[in-house]
Amino acid sequence: MADFFAMGGYAWYVWMAYGVAALAIAVEIAAVRVRRKRAFDELRMSVDAPPAHAAMTRKGAAR
Amino acid sequence: MSATKPPPLVQALAPQPALAEGNAGTHASVLAAIGWALARDFRVAMRSKGELGVQLLFYVIVVSLFPLATSPSRETLATLGPGVLWTSALLASLLSLPRLFASDYHDGTLEQIALSPRPLAGLVSGKMAAHWLTSGLPVALMAPLLGAQYALDAPVLATLAVSLLLGTPILSLVGAVGAALTLGARGGGTLLALLVLPLYAPVLIFGAGAVDAVRAGVSAAPHLSLLGAGLLVALVGVPFAVAAAVRIALD
Amino acid sequence: MLINWFRFASPISFYPIAGSWSYAFGALAALFAGAGLVIALWIAPTDATQGDAYRIIFIHVPTAWMAMFIYLVMAGWSALALGFNTRLSAMMAQALAPTGALMAALALWTGAFWGRPTWGTYWAWDARMTSTLILLFLYLGVIALRAALEDPRRADRACAVLALVGAVNVPIIYFSVQWWNTLHQGSSINLTAAPKMAMTMLAGILVMTAAAWSYTIAVVLARVQAIIVERERGAGWLESLLQFPVRGSA
Repeated sequence: MADFFAMGGYAWYVWMAYGVAALAIAVEIAAVRVRRKRAFDELRMSVDAPPAHAAMTRKGAAR
Repeated sequence: MSATKPPPLVQALAPQPALAEGNAGTHASVLAAIGWALARDFRVAMRSKGELGVQLLFYVIVVSLFPLATSPSRETLATLGPGVLWTSALLASLLSLPRLFASDYHDGTLEQIALSPRPLAGLVSGKMAAHWLTSGLPVALMAPLLGAQYALDAPVLATLAVSLLLGTPILSLVGAVGAALTLGARGGGTLLALLVLPLYAPVLIFGAGAVDAVRAGVSAAPHLSLLGAGLLVALVGVPFAVAAAVRIALD
Repeated sequence: MLINWFRFASPISFYPIAGSWSYAFGALAALFAGAGLVIALWIAPTDATQGDAYRIIFIHVPTAWMAMFIYLVMAGWSALALGFNTRLSAMMAQALAPTGALMAALALWTGAFWGRPTWGTYWAWDARMTSTLILLFLYLGVIALRAALEDPRRADRACAVLALVGAVNVPIIYFSVQWWNTLHQGSSINLTAAPKMAMTMLAGILVMTAAAWSYTIAVVLARVQAIIVERERGAGWLESLLQFPVRGSA
């Protein structure tokens, strides 16, 4: 396991590359989800639809 | 009350009898459009010679700053010279681009120009030509004088002048697209720089490369022919993109 | 088999498709990425010359390709937007730009970390990296122009023109940088020389590229959903979404 993380001595380079890539992708996914949610919240507010109504019909309120 | 004579601008842009018969796309009308716009913009630019002088002075000052930041030794200067002289020309071009459309846009003249039956691509070509005559050409002529500050010798300076003479029109053309797209946008000049500088990169590469080649004792013919080819392509294609960008800005 | 493609040019019809496809491609991306990472970090053998540092190419190469492809796709949608004056085409172009910029930035970052152990420097002005840098600037320009123009329809058309002008320039930029590079760079550094490809290495790169494509499609479709909701506010059909949300909304 330690060998895996050591990456033959190149640990800094390999993990900086993979790590930042993973981080960037996670941030992009989160940002798009936040943007979509915010767009919907603003739509909801502009229409004055009660949030509970949407929760009733949504497949999985947890999303 | 007697009707006042319409201002010269409106008169010039009003449909001419020949055009009204549907000849709007002929050779003659395109050349007429170019000629008219060129003459008008040149006259307008000449009215504020001070502004033109300031832009040229900017070029001189920036070029003179670089040796202060590095060393004034002849080798360093000769190495830096072509790059500095060319990059500063790019920056000077950026500074002068807003005046291509901005004042016409703000006082409504640009709208009149776009509404006229003359081909808009021709009209903007004339504007870009006048712009080059009052910004790019002076820089191209000034550069060899400044090049002497950089310990560059005669053949190198001549190549510098030729490369700038070929390259600065491309800068005016490509820059005009950016100027039209950013009309009235927030962030104005800096946004224009962000949009246009990446597009300038090939011109910089071939232009400065030509001068460097001659400095190294090699022929600059490939660089200069590529610049020339680029100029021809830009002359033919870019006015249509600029016309489209102007129409987008005016809608 | 004549499909009326223009039917999908309406945000109303496209929205639910965007949602379900986004999830489908997201799942695909996770699958490909899982397989790809297993190959990249375990199965592929350590390289004789570059050691384990070469494993970075499994991220570097796909992101560099995506940066280029996404720009072309964005230019394609921009051409459609200008040619047919469809809002949705412009929205797709708008949705593609941020992901393209991210891919370009990742390509540059991973390239730097691959370059340092292999050739001793984080940044060498080689042709591909320099072109990718300029490509990143082009992306940022489109994004900045979109942000600077208030009228969305004007922004659509202006960004479309800019994207197309950039697309015409990309080959010119690449060629000129290549030229410049061969004149100045000795052949000592050749950053385009990946280690000789064992089959596993090639397979790994292809799988990671498939992952990158699927990921891009998933994220861009999700983003375009957000853009549709943001821009179509006031259109009645959106309100029905609140009552009967389709898969992938909120």
